[in-house]
Amino acid sequence: MSRVGVVGIGHTKFGNLSQYDLGDVMAYAATDALKDAGFLERRKEIDQVIVGNMASGLFCHQSAVASSVISKMDMEPVPAELVENGPASGASAIKIGYMAVASGMADIVLVIGGEVMRKVTGWTGTEYVATMLHPEAEYNMGLTLPGFGGMFTRMYMEKYGLTERDLALLAVKNHANGAKNKYAHIQAECTIEAIADGPEANVVNTYVAEPLRMYSTCPVSDGAAALLLVNMDSPKAKLFSKKPVRIAGIASATDTHCVHNRKDPLKLEAVRIAAEKAYAMAGLSPKDISFAELHDAFSILELAISEEVGFFERGKSFLAVRKGETAIDGRLPINTSGGLKSKGHPVGATGTSQAVELVRQLRGEAEQGRQVADPKYGMAVNFGGFGNNVVAMIFAKD
Amino acid sequence: MAIDTMEQKLRPPEIPLKPYPPKVITLASGEKMVVREAKREEVGALLGTIYPLIGVPADFYDIVAVRMYSEILGWYRHRVANEFVLVGAIDGEIAGIVTSRHVTPKLGMSLHTLTIKRGLRVGAQLFAAKMEHHLDILGEEEVYIVAESPNGFKRWMIEYELEDRSPQFPEVRHELGGVPTYVLTRSLWEAVRDVKCTGTRPVSDTDLKASAKLSMPREYPQIPGFKR
Repeated sequence: MSRVGVVGIGHTKFGNLSQYDLGDVMAYAATDALKDAGFLERRKEIDQVIVGNMASGLFCHQSAVASSVISKMDMEPVPAELVENGPASGASAIKIGYMAVASGMADIVLVIGGEVMRKVTGWTGTEYVATMLHPEAEYNMGLTLPGFGGMFTRMYMEKYGLTERDLALLAVKNHANGAKNKYAHIQAECTIEAIADGPEANVVNTYVAEPLRMYSTCPVSDGAAALLLVNMDSPKAKLFSKKPVRIAGIASATDTHCVHNRKDPLKLEAVRIAAEKAYAMAGLSPKDISFAELHDAFSILELAISEEVGFFERGKSFLAVRKGETAIDGRLPINTSGGLKSKGHPVGATGTSQAVELVRQLRGEAEQGRQVADPKYGMAVNFGGFGNNVVAMIFAKD
Repeated sequence: MAIDTMEQKLRPPEIPLKPYPPKVITLASGEKMVVREAKREEVGALLGTIYPLIGVPADFYDIVAVRMYSEILGWYRHRVANEFVLVGAIDGEIAGIVTSRHVTPKLGMSLHTLTIKRGLRVGAQLFAAKMEHHLDILGEEEVYIVAESPNGFKRWMIEYELEDRSPQFPEVRHELGGVPTYVLTRSLWEAVRDVKCTGTRPVSDTDLKASAKLSMPREYPQIPGFKR
């Protein structure tokens, strides 16, 4: 297999982009990535475009978005296909792009992830996202993703002693990072007094799906992120202005569609298996990872995923958060971008956005105050469904 | 007829209203927002705050701003009966404004809620404060409410589960032009008060002093590039 590297990254600001066409939003990020690589003028030499998107048909009443992006970027006849894997669509698109390059079928692949969710109300958006749940056993029963997040959090609290204040500490940490990230949806810090300790906290940080509160739930966001992948062993690797960041490991795994079919609903088997495969591919172990982007659509997931990928013992991750170990200056910074909680979660864009953050950190291009000191390996976990389709990625600075 | 006599005939009859006791809320950002009644002499800062938003069509800011502008001007020049204006200020800088009217001892008429500072539930807090004034302080039994934007409908009609009285039109109608009327009753308020309405009283002298002089916002998230 050929080695695969990232030579260009692009990102829109996440937030409310509902006045824009989804194809335009994706094209903006893609153009940004091509400029970053110094390859905009030669874009028709790209072998393949892979687009990650979860639900443009529902959110935007639009299909065939890959064709739309190609046309908007004047890239015909470059082949383009769409990858849909729920909220893990972005990372799945990267994985497919990786496979195309590593296999030798393509040398240069442009991967774009994007979603515009705010053309509909938050409630309608939540309902659309819930269509990824099991249609008879979950969706038809009225379950939503925040509902699952709430139940998962409650189980974790009862088993391991997590408190609502611990969740608030995660929000404080991630908002501190997101406040400095130029791409973040919510560029504002929050304080533990205001959202947990103070007399007004119960209203200021209101419940969304008890025990999940507003500050333990990601916002509904629009946006896109893109990466240009290249075969590092091809002469074409010399065409780009940036040194590649190598994709050292990338793997995915699945779990039961119905969460109630799992022996222990608190165990995220697909996360564990995807991470183990990615470590094996990279020849690394959890202790080698310098920082991580973990899919905190609900704050509890940052904790649970960090345990499944081997950073912490099961049920102990929140103790590390209390000690500041996962803060930007801690021993293992997690969600340096602000995570989904602060940076936002345009579902189809999230995996590519996480990958962009890995590259920014490994290049040393993150903003002052949220740059990890001399990172070697970054890991991202993009979580689809309620843990039933997960992609893990490890990027390396060679 | 002397001018001042004519003016007296033009002015609406006023009922003295109980004052709204100021309170302070620590927002998620850690900033302290003082919520208090605006004074007539602060009309300049209020109107100056609202004016730039008259040109913002997004989220119906234009219609809310232009109507609130006229309500506050009418209040200042004594052309609206029993109106009150509450303001939320962070270090004196206006973060949001609400307007409302006491109609009868049992009925309140919610006018508008305008949020300048977004993302911290400033509008939600100010709307709750307005309802608190109507029901807990002025002692009304019901407040008529309409929404002119989807955000307003989501925040008030759905989150407060307001009673839909629109089928009773025209017997029950809000005075803002026949928009469907919803009602916050006392029982509905009592069901949601603890999760919607907050604030600490009394406000410390330091915080009161910080909000004593209102200033217009320096920036508007609704108007990129705006600098005052």
